[in-house]
Amino acid sequence: MIMESKRKKESPSSAGSTQFPDEVLERVLAFLTSHKDRSSVSLVCKDWYNAERWSRTHVFIGNCYSVSPEILARRFPNIRSVTLKGKPRFSDFNLVPQNWGADIHAWLVPFADKYPFLEELRLKRMTVSDESLEYLAANFQNFKVLSLLSCDGFSTDGLAAIATHSKNLTELDIQENGVEDRSGSWLSCFPESFTSLEVLNFASMSAEVNFDALERLVCRCKSLKVLKVNKSISLEQLQKLLTRAPQLVELGTGSFSQELTTRQYAELESAFNNCKNIHTLSGLWEATALYLPVLYPACANLTFLNLSYTALQGGDLAKLLVHCPRLQRLWVLDTVEDKGLEAVGSYCPLLEELRVFPADPFDEEIIHGVTEEGFVAVSFGCRRLHYVLYFCRQMTNAAVATIVQNCPDFTHFRLCIMNPGQPDYLTNEPMDEAFGAVVKTCTKLQRLSVSGLLTDLTFEYIGKYAKNLETLSVAFAGSSGRGMECVLGGCPKLRKLEIRDCPFGNEALLSGLEKYESMRSLWMSACNVTMNGCRQLARKMPRLNVEVMKEDGSDDSQADKVYVYRTVAGPRRDAPPSVLTL
Amino acid sequence: MSPENVNCLPESDVKLTLGLPGSGRIPSKPGMKRGFLETVDLNLELDQEVAAKPPAAKAQVVGWPPVRSFRKNAMKSCKYVKVAVDGAPYLRKVDLEIYSSYQELLNALEEMFSCLTIWNYLNERKIMDNVNGMEYVPTYEDKDGDWMLVGDVPWKMFVESCKRLRLMKSSEAIGLAPRTPSKNSSTS
Repeated sequence: MIMESKRKKESPSSAGSTQFPDEVLERVLAFLTSHKDRSSVSLVCKDWYNAERWSRTHVFIGNCYSVSPEILARRFPNIRSVTLKGKPRFSDFNLVPQNWGADIHAWLVPFADKYPFLEELRLKRMTVSDESLEYLAANFQNFKVLSLLSCDGFSTDGLAAIATHSKNLTELDIQENGVEDRSGSWLSCFPESFTSLEVLNFASMSAEVNFDALERLVCRCKSLKVLKVNKSISLEQLQKLLTRAPQLVELGTGSFSQELTTRQYAELESAFNNCKNIHTLSGLWEATALYLPVLYPACANLTFLNLSYTALQGGDLAKLLVHCPRLQRLWVLDTVEDKGLEAVGSYCPLLEELRVFPADPFDEEIIHGVTEEGFVAVSFGCRRLHYVLYFCRQMTNAAVATIVQNCPDFTHFRLCIMNPGQPDYLTNEPMDEAFGAVVKTCTKLQRLSVSGLLTDLTFEYIGKYAKNLETLSVAFAGSSGRGMECVLGGCPKLRKLEIRDCPFGNEALLSGLEKYESMRSLWMSACNVTMNGCRQLARKMPRLNVEVMKEDGSDDSQADKVYVYRTVAGPRRDAPPSVLTL
Repeated sequence: MSPENVNCLPESDVKLTLGLPGSGRIPSKPGMKRGFLETVDLNLELDQEVAAKPPAAKAQVVGWPPVRSFRKNAMKSCKYVKVAVDGAPYLRKVDLEIYSSYQELLNALEEMFSCLTIWNYLNERKIMDNVNGMEYVPTYEDKDGDWMLVGDVPWKMFVESCKRLRLMKSSEAIGLAPRTPSKNSSTS
């Protein structure tokens, strides 16, 4: 895309860029959508910088504290769509204090002033209050898309405000948030005149909604393409919804275990048969083998199947997968065991992404789950596999070596051996060679999560071979700080490094001084870093924010949790008392 | 009727307990894989009561495994109970919510432990091991901690009160008082 615009620029005259009208350049640049491309364009020269900033309509901010809304508005006057990410990822696992920050309200107020025509807001790990949702509903007349993923701080009252004032809303996507689910009545707040909805996802909310209101909404929104309902919707109700919206492209069912009469079963099967466009299927709460067959007619074009909330046995998964030959992405629970994964290898040759979640991650007794055998079986059958998230209780170096030999194109390799520091269960050796094989073989690797018993050797491998690595997650690993130094000294494209419970200290932390400015962020918790080390870092690198969170009762000198990130906005002013900015 | 009154392994021995090999308190289950427990560096309290749960050293580390809170809570809402089979090294889990009758549950158990067949006589629910001819009786622990025979109470009531299931060897189920036959017909 950049090459095209350069060519267009040079063809009318061979003189410099000053002869090329700004408006035309802006028009051309409007075709650029990737924010990486746009960043590159803005660095070419001053004219291009200006043309780019006037033509940019979407901005992606990976860390909400790296920039301020004022700075943003100064540079980009015409933004219509904002994507913001807030808290560090480890907040998903309760490692970040509740009131840490990332409150959207500090952005909404300047946006109401500078971007009154804002259309889209996509938030991840932000704190969103009901007041903010009400403010959003009241101040942005053109508002079209609201997507909240892993956010917290709001209740269904806030959603009611959004629904009530919807005129042009096309997308309402509420996923896996800490929502206070007071009642389902918010859904009934959409006005009868409101017909523009294309995406509705309330799958992760628990309160029962008024089915009548939902059915009427689905009926009048003729462009509805994505519908993901919650558990309160029964099979019988689902059948009615499908009859109203056979054009659906993505479906999230409700509860899949009602007792149906023969006639109801037939009607449901027929409803699925009429949905020829479904390529994504999810929900399936409590689905049993008895009712899964109603899905078969709709599975022919299925590319993404999310069974991660369904405790399916391997045999039942196999029966279902026979009907899903085009599957590209599959999420399952480890109740399917290795037998289920063998079926994946057999029936899904086009598979690119597999995620296996643990049904029972915290039980101290041995619940079987999946092993290295299942993963290996998938790798033999699914050679296009490039994204995996795999929770297991045992793994071997040899198995991982086989897996990456079969599937060398991994871009995302996230292996979680659930018992911290567990070695290769056959040889009792560390898992160093497994991850060595991964980084040596998978040259396109962008994201890596390591686990099991690991020495510094793993990190030597990573630093030496993982040239495209952008995100690395490490827990309970390493023999010394040298491990971290290898990574910081190696991986040229590293952007996010998150570390917990590793023997890395100040020397390791400070070895990455220059590196941190080219990264989005660093997280270190329960390591051997001290307050002095953090202060040194803060002093030497003024363009980084160095934040320390202390645990109750810990040593004064220990820096229990450290979060370091680059920013042009200076130290933040909204940090709670538990977060010290150095 | 508590398990200690019958000649069978106390409940805690069905679970893995931690301790040095050779310690008399470890149930002898040769060939049982324990590698992953042994590699964890724990401060074991070896003089703990056998009946106690595994020591707090194996207590959950905050935020590990890295499963999102939402997913953790979503999975909890199912009515999952553990199923132990005397003599089998692994426990299984079933979600009682997905079955609507005892027959469905027993069929599922039959599939899960495929070496066993359900031998369902009127008023009697026994499970037979094809291979070695052992008979198993399905029992469950209720909310009060009592071990009961499966099938006595109405299905819904059973789902409410069942905390765990155990397929007990017939020979060891002597102490569990059977109900009078006439009440069983209402529970299928």
